[in-house]
Amino acid sequence: MTDFGLSKEHSELRETVRRFAVDRVAPVIADFYDRHEFPYQLVKQMGAMGLFGLPFPSELGGMDGDYLALCVALEELARVDSSVAITLEAAISLGAMPIFRFGTDEQRKRWLPSLIAGENLAAFGLTEATSGSDAGRIRTTARMDESAGEWVINGGKVFITNSGTSITSLVTVTALTGPDEISAIIVPSGTPGFTVAPGYSKVGWCASDTHELTFDNCRVPAENLLGERGRGFAQFLSILDEGRIAIAALATGLAQGCVDESVRYAQQREAFGAPIGSYQSIQFMIADMESRAHTARLAWRDAAARLVAGEEFKRQAAIAKLHASTVAVDNARDATQIHGGYGFMNEYPVARMWRDSKILEIGEGTSEIQRLIIARDLGMK
Amino acid sequence: MKIVVLVKQVPDSGAERNLRPDDNTVDRSSANNVINEMDEYAIEEALRLQEAHGGEVTILTMGPERASESIRKALSMGPDGAVHVLDNALSGTDALGTSRVLAAALQRINPDVVLCGAESTDAGGQVLPHMLAERLGIAALTGARKLTVEGSQLTIERQTEEGYEVVTAATPAVVSVWDTINEPRYPSFKGIMAAKKKPVETLSLADLGVSAEQVGWTGALTGVASHSKRPPRSAGQKVADSGEGGVQLVEFLTNEKFV
Repeated sequence: MTDFGLSKEHSELRETVRRFAVDRVAPVIADFYDRHEFPYQLVKQMGAMGLFGLPFPSELGGMDGDYLALCVALEELARVDSSVAITLEAAISLGAMPIFRFGTDEQRKRWLPSLIAGENLAAFGLTEATSGSDAGRIRTTARMDESAGEWVINGGKVFITNSGTSITSLVTVTALTGPDEISAIIVPSGTPGFTVAPGYSKVGWCASDTHELTFDNCRVPAENLLGERGRGFAQFLSILDEGRIAIAALATGLAQGCVDESVRYAQQREAFGAPIGSYQSIQFMIADMESRAHTARLAWRDAAARLVAGEEFKRQAAIAKLHASTVAVDNARDATQIHGGYGFMNEYPVARMWRDSKILEIGEGTSEIQRLIIARDLGMK
Repeated sequence: MKIVVLVKQVPDSGAERNLRPDDNTVDRSSANNVINEMDEYAIEEALRLQEAHGGEVTILTMGPERASESIRKALSMGPDGAVHVLDNALSGTDALGTSRVLAAALQRINPDVVLCGAESTDAGGQVLPHMLAERLGIAALTGARKLTVEGSQLTIERQTEEGYEVVTAATPAVVSVWDTINEPRYPSFKGIMAAKKKPVETLSLADLGVSAEQVGWTGALTGVASHSKRPPRSAGQKVADSGEGGVQLVEFLTNEKFV
């Protein structure tokens, strides 16, 4: 039977990450966000706490935890700030996990220890300017130059998280290695022909690192192929399946953070001679927000429990992602409403949450794609 | 190097705390009980000493059954094991009695360095490190904001209101630390998992050769006669500026030792 309660150890992890988020992240993150600056100091501390190693075995420097532990940490981080949460989520789910899952022993030994320690970050290059949800339609190519024993990569990727920090060690890109044949290839940072464009000006997640990447006759050794040739598409689909649970946990955190901020504000802000929290209109709004955050948590915990138990979780992960991201947007909108004019000021955490919420309905599979997955899983083709 | 860190479980200083009306002791049943904040700095300092000089770190706690929760949390930061002095007769023990029990436990472990927080957030007496050192006949290096070890020589920067004093002593010694000494680490998930399996030795008063009459209510030489709620804040001092308001402000800040 699936247990929605956390083990004592997972609860303790949750408390620890909560303490870190409140004591270390909350006081400094607004400045990074304003300057669109990557918070290296926080990432370093998260590395020291072992957060980047949560789901990995200790032989590679990991924490011997599981995917549930990662999701618990993501929820508590996002409850305070989504930029650091998505940095951790992408670093593990999209960066290190494909190498752990599909890499050779050599690739694992070469790349994973520093990723798991949080000293380096890895990125995953899937989306292109003309292929997002339709991820099978990529145009980036990787041609095998047999004489040199090298892949020659040409093309471009967009919206790639963690791809341009000073500690980014590699990007795994999906590329056409033949007609209708997609493979994944590891491109180390600094490889000639691999260019990282300046960071985007984003609406939200402003303290996370996102870039457009171009590959112009970029050459990497043949052994940089990740997993089987031609299996790139299937590989990233399985990676995205579990990543959805992580994003759902992150979205739940944001939704809960909106409740935290709203309860606090409603009790201190007065209007018409009484705290606004004494008015039923505000009470009901916050009660609805709390109910939504709670159900979002139940949804991702269910999907995570199935994953950890080795059961089917594809549909539940899609439901969790769809529901939690909708809840995040709804709660951010209501929290901003409760804060009135202050909620529209960037200096208030709820404004940051409002700006950070929308992408949750888009990134790592849009809400439309989640519905498609759920419908297909119900047998509708 | 053998290091013992004294860890006390206290009611969360962030929450509302009360004394019990019947016996004037801290009401621990309603409170959220946590590791005394200053003790986390002592644990961190111990782990840094261990990383630099090797040896082992042991947590020593005197407290009721529920203190084992704090012991486990302390162990999740990295120490090797713990000793829990647990005995029903300990209820009501004052600082002198506590120092008697802890000194007996320390004699059993025989450490080179005893690290502890400079004060606890509940009683705040700051007397225990001195009492322990006196009972054990070893040096007390108290109120450290920095600790260095060279061979068997310990050197601290003792924080004072005006600055600091450099104090040295040979091991064994008791060192109490303030929260300026370091930045305690957050336990990792691996640390949390590992803490479950670390050895925790439970000792009774009989194990330590301390008689029940010397501790608890009967053995207490000090006690709280009565208590009352903190009075509401009085109005602050108003400075009217008639030319030398700035001077008055600076005088106030200097007198109150803000600058």
